[in-house]
Amino acid sequence: MKTHLDEQTIALRAAKEFEDGSTVNLGYGMPALCANLIAEDRSIFFQSENGVLGYSGLATDGQKDFELINASDQPIMPASGMCFFDSAASFDMIRGGHIDTVVLGAYQVSETGDLANWGRPGRPATGMGGGMDLAVGARKVIVTMLHTTKDKKARIVKKCTYPLTARHCVSMIFTDIAVMKVTPRGILLKEVAPGWTAEEIQALTEPRLLITGDLKEIEL
Amino acid sequence: MAINKVFSCPDDAVADIFDGATVMIGGFGSFGGLPVNLIVALANQGAKNLTIIANAGGVSFELTKRIKPEGYQDIGILFEKGQVKKFIGSMPALGGMPPTAPLERLYNEGKMLIEMVPQGTLAERIRSGAGGLGGFYTTVGVGTVVDAGKERKIINGKEYILELPLTADFALIKAHKADNLGNLVYRGTARCFNPVMAMAAKITIVEVDKLVEIGELDPEVIVTPHIFVSRIVEVPL
Repeated sequence: MKTHLDEQTIALRAAKEFEDGSTVNLGYGMPALCANLIAEDRSIFFQSENGVLGYSGLATDGQKDFELINASDQPIMPASGMCFFDSAASFDMIRGGHIDTVVLGAYQVSETGDLANWGRPGRPATGMGGGMDLAVGARKVIVTMLHTTKDKKARIVKKCTYPLTARHCVSMIFTDIAVMKVTPRGILLKEVAPGWTAEEIQALTEPRLLITGDLKEIEL
Repeated sequence: MAINKVFSCPDDAVADIFDGATVMIGGFGSFGGLPVNLIVALANQGAKNLTIIANAGGVSFELTKRIKPEGYQDIGILFEKGQVKKFIGSMPALGGMPPTAPLERLYNEGKMLIEMVPQGTLAERIRSGAGGLGGFYTTVGVGTVVDAGKERKIINGKEYILELPLTADFALIKAHKADNLGNLVYRGTARCFNPVMAMAAKITIVEVDKLVEIGELDPEVIVTPHIFVSRIVEVPL
């Protein structure tokens, strides 16, 4: 029985990578889920590019203050020590290398870590938002995405065909079936979802994956 | 005696926005920091051929009901009414929304122009304009569609592109409180693009939840100094 991790579980696995005490920015969609998946004994400072550092997670229904939101327009919860700032200061943090980790969604990631996450065919008016700034400026860029398109086309590709967000920026990729690390020699397959073999993951991935004896099942 | 900056209603405050004007509009996405009453006043006033500089292009009234059940007006109304010839911003349309927002529809029909700017570059271009600078070099956008036609420079071994300043005839912004001089404080994440835009326009018009007497705001927490504010309209929540 092959398991596909759901979005919550992919986000939970990605959130395991955050170092205690680090500052993390979460992109639109699946990445934003990470905010509510942090164990209580861990201390992560979430930054959102609309101008907040140190919120505690997404608000539950009934606690919706539309002047306390993340960059995905979702109401968030305050935490003690939280601070606000304007867009210019926010992007000084982002471009200046003050953000430890950013989690972004993606349409495509290339074997050299190029990221395409904002434009797609038929939607020329869709913008990049803060994605380019985050991909260039964060110390570590990790991606959460589904491994293939709905019609099973690879989204981890040799060369991105969708408009680029930034070149050579992605360091780790978390999908519904695998965890991968982008290395100078190519993409290393580190973990697979329950029921999957390395060969089966390879068949859904365009570039040749690096596979070592350390390959294991995804641990949450 | 300081000049009186206080206007009694949004309609009066935006009355002289002229056809062909460049207008910055604060806020971030579809709510939180948007000067919604000034936007609606500009839509009613009807100025045309506007260049709008804003982070996001907004959605239609119908689409806002997906976020808030009762719906609300955002920047989308200016596109819906055909008042805009060009949009400069980072999120003209939202990938997570259907392609039916007024801006996206007009763009796809070839009826308006878009200049797509990464969000941090947008903030910094506005700050450059505000501070009288000629622009700045950034690594953001190198190797993407954003770098087309821009001057390149290698600085400390890294490739940068030149980004030029942005200024405007008018800025419409939202703050939480103003005093009668125009000193501003904001609330929560509704600060976003408002402070930089306040500094970058010839005439800055602010909509506030509450107007207070001079001296009531703690000078230590004022975010936008009054020198940047031309007009104030109080629209109580």
